Amino acid sequence: MKTTGKILGALAGLLMAGSAYATDVKIGVMNDRSGIYSDIGGEGSVIAARMAVEDFGAADKGINVEIVSADHQNKPDVGSNIARQWYDTEGVDVIADVPTSSVALAVNDITREKNKIFLNSGAATSDLTGAKCSPNTVHWTYDTWQLAHGTGGAMVAAGGKTWFFLTADYAFGHALERDTAAVVKEAGGEVIGSVKTPFPGTDFSSFLLQAQSSGAQVIGLANAGGDTVNSMKQAAEFGITQGGQAIAGLLVFVNDVHALGLDIAQGLVLTETFYWDLNDQTREWSARFEKTAGKKPSMIQAGVYAAVLHYLKAVEAVGDKDPTKVMAKMKEMPTDDPLFGKGVVRADGRKTHDAYLFRVKKPDQSEGEWDLYETVATIPADKAFRPLADGGCELVK
Amino acid sequence: MFELLGIPPQALFGQLLLGLINGSFYALLSLGLAIIFGLLNIINFTHGAQYMMGAFVAWMLLNYLGINYWAALFVAPVIVGITGVIIERLLISRLYHLDHLYGLLLTFGLALIIQGLFRNYYGISGLPYQIPGVLSGGQNLGFMFLPNYRGWVIVASLIVCLATWFIIEKTRLGAYLRAATENPTLVGAFGINVPRMVTLTYGFGVALAAFAGVLAAPIYAVNPNMGADLIIVVFAVVVIGGMGSILGSIVTGFGLGLIEGLTRVFYPEGSAVVIFVVMAIVLLVKPAGLFGRAA
Amino acid sequence: MMATDTETGAGVGPLVQSHSTSTPRHHVAIFAGLLVFGLAAPFLLYPIFLMKVLCFVLFACAFNLLLGFGGLLSFGHAAFFGSASYASAHAAKIWGFNPELAILFGTGCAAVLGLLIGSLAIRRQGIYFAMVTLAFAQMVFFFSLQAPFTGGEDGIQSVPRGHLFGLFDMAPDLNLYFFVLAIVFAGLLAIYRIIHSPFGQVLKAIRDNEQRSVSLGYRVNRYKLLVFVLSAMLAGLAGATKAIVFQLASLTDVYWTMSGEVVLMTLLGGMGTVFGPIVGAAIIVTMQNYLATFGAWVTVIQGTIFVISVMLFREGVIGILSKALKKPL
Repeated sequence: MKTTGKILGALAGLLMAGSAYATDVKIGVMNDRSGIYSDIGGEGSVIAARMAVEDFGAADKGINVEIVSADHQNKPDVGSNIARQWYDTEGVDVIADVPTSSVALAVNDITREKNKIFLNSGAATSDLTGAKCSPNTVHWTYDTWQLAHGTGGAMVAAGGKTWFFLTADYAFGHALERDTAAVVKEAGGEVIGSVKTPFPGTDFSSFLLQAQSSGAQVIGLANAGGDTVNSMKQAAEFGITQGGQAIAGLLVFVNDVHALGLDIAQGLVLTETFYWDLNDQTREWSARFEKTAGKKPSMIQAGVYAAVLHYLKAVEAVGDKDPTKVMAKMKEMPTDDPLFGKGVVRADGRKTHDAYLFRVKKPDQSEGEWDLYETVATIPADKAFRPLADGGCELVK
Repeated sequence: MFELLGIPPQALFGQLLLGLINGSFYALLSLGLAIIFGLLNIINFTHGAQYMMGAFVAWMLLNYLGINYWAALFVAPVIVGITGVIIERLLISRLYHLDHLYGLLLTFGLALIIQGLFRNYYGISGLPYQIPGVLSGGQNLGFMFLPNYRGWVIVASLIVCLATWFIIEKTRLGAYLRAATENPTLVGAFGINVPRMVTLTYGFGVALAAFAGVLAAPIYAVNPNMGADLIIVVFAVVVIGGMGSILGSIVTGFGLGLIEGLTRVFYPEGSAVVIFVVMAIVLLVKPAGLFGRAA
Repeated sequence: MMATDTETGAGVGPLVQSHSTSTPRHHVAIFAGLLVFGLAAPFLLYPIFLMKVLCFVLFACAFNLLLGFGGLLSFGHAAFFGSASYASAHAAKIWGFNPELAILFGTGCAAVLGLLIGSLAIRRQGIYFAMVTLAFAQMVFFFSLQAPFTGGEDGIQSVPRGHLFGLFDMAPDLNLYFFVLAIVFAGLLAIYRIIHSPFGQVLKAIRDNEQRSVSLGYRVNRYKLLVFVLSAMLAGLAGATKAIVFQLASLTDVYWTMSGEVVLMTLLGGMGTVFGPIVGAAIIVTMQNYLATFGAWVTVIQGTIFVISVMLFREGVIGILSKALKKPL
């Protein structure tokens, strides 16, 4: 009987797929699959996208989803090349993930030009929903404004009044320092110094020594990836946290902390919008993710899942995949998923949800390989992200 | 208390010491390059990848076999050195009759392969490697807090560099080596197995890079790209020093570390390029390099 | 450069010789064939991909001018390719130059940079020369990373394709394609002309035996510098054009891996041949295009091609073909 049921189900599925309502959707997951951000996105984001398709039950609902993936190597030229080719010749409807701000901005432009849909999860730049916002883009997981305000604001509130920045010497680092410094000053703190470090760097000891002798209460790391890992490592070595100075990572992911190990990362304060151990739903989903991916999900991978899920819901609601209609639907429908809870996609494309200020646990507090964070504060969705009116997005009237 | 250009002398001493630590790596790497170049006449582009392999092998020894740092300091260079010997026998040795540039291209290709493979298997986030227990903590020198491990890096690097210099300049083996550099045919005629000496020399130069890699593992993230950019800086060091003398490459390595350290205090933005600027100046003034023989 | 290499005297370039100054008939035929193919291709293949191939073809040929005919291995050619790309993107986007002027400006910048770096680099020979150019290119990279106008990691994005001579809209891919084809073809012909000029003959003499050329009274360094500048300029032309095609100038174009790639293209195609780099560039770009999903394996594959080329066929694809046909290609 069971077999018959399956066959009937399959037949029904086939019929549905062949019916007039069937929609073919092609989602391209583009991210770093070999470089510095491959652990926070990479194949994990593809797995997350596939899980979204399965959990949504796309096949039963008459939506045939095909997922393709490509490696943009964190290079805007490679990324824009792939995006053009996907849209022009391979019939891709949606590009998802795309970490690295430079590549995201390039894909943002092309998606708009070709009128497709861009579900960004991986990139940090708040320009995606600000000066360079596009009617075709949803920016799901986090952005620089949110990181600066989450970490910067909370640290000052917790008593870290004086700051010294270690800033990666390129556009991204400068922007992160500028944004965070503004928040620190606004909250009543003071920036007593900063040093621009060559990017990418391996030896930060000299700059850390300068930070140490400045006597600042907080050392802000306005850098990312390998730079952050190395500066954290060396800060531990030079006994900076033991000396009473706190370190604030402005762009640190759970995978970075995992790689550093708690011995070194303990006490680091950082902001994320997702952590696998937040509640039962995130734990359940993360356990499933870990089965395939072999590690816990990052917030970026969680964002890919949630964004793809919301997109598919909108396609179902509209009944076809016309980008303009689907995008309108995505912004009209409230979002609801097991990972980020309830939220909205705003007119500027910004998805809002709660953010969390985490502190990395001490080794003796941790109960497992991935038991890394304790929650210091929850920043509610309406406070976590830049107010709609402040971004300077042309879509906001 | 007096100040130098607005920097208190304590801070300056601290920074100079840090410069010396970086210089330790430059010295070890440029020394290896110089030895290989001396006998094989090739520039070993794989050097950065072999430095990275040293760090990775140390990590693997610890995590797969439980072999600790101190043993890894000897075992890892030997293992990487053996891979070097294999590479030399299988590939490089077939190019000696050709222009040196082919050696450069070959080793560049090898570097791409090695780095790519490590990236595929170990990702790029970097793997943690703890500082050995004996060397954790640090000394308060009054003007700075010097982690014990950093002090050890300077000492270890100096010992290895000077030992290498001693072997090459003062022992019989070194004499054969220097002779073979000058005239391989003649040395061969004296019954010395020159090809084997060449192979072992390559292995030794590579082992030096791996040794630097093991030294670097606890302080820099063990990461497949750790050698890729470093090697370019070391090339500049080599151009500045010239590859004529062993001692020259050691002195240049440490010296440029110091210069870079000073730049980090006075003009941090320029610290990434200062070595290249020095190189440009040296090229203008003394094209053969500070210690080089005129080509 | 070969002066130190006394053991066997085997140099880098002269695997296939083409000494005559007159244009062989089969070269004319090949150029004509290439042009016909170039004109027909965009109707069969994806034009943006083709334009990428074209830009790299010019880049590889410019590089080959220096390596294959000048005997100078530069490991820093990305500096010229990339800085021209930044200059032309900046000119087109910020100053609103027409595409042809933006490209011209970028090319000029590359030539000036070539003069600066070249005059220092030619002070050293052989592998030192390679290391010096690599180090200078790294300096240019750091400059591009930090300078405000380059946009750091973002690069210069959304560069307008503009109107050619203020008249023809370059936004449609096909229009732009024919413009790019014209530039690249002109560049290739210019390189061909340089190689077969008396200047080119002297270059080859220097490449094969620098000492002899000195004793014959040639001011060797002048020739070397001139070919270096010409090569930098043409590499710049390729980079400047690429910036307009992809509407983007980025750090990739100045990074050392780009220098490595152009060496690989030339080596694979056959250095010192006229048509080798064209084939080499086409193979590598196509490979990158189709292997993009393999991530880090691309690096491994490129490395493997390097090793195989060096170990087994140093003449390159065209070099081998040329030997088989017994005709210089």
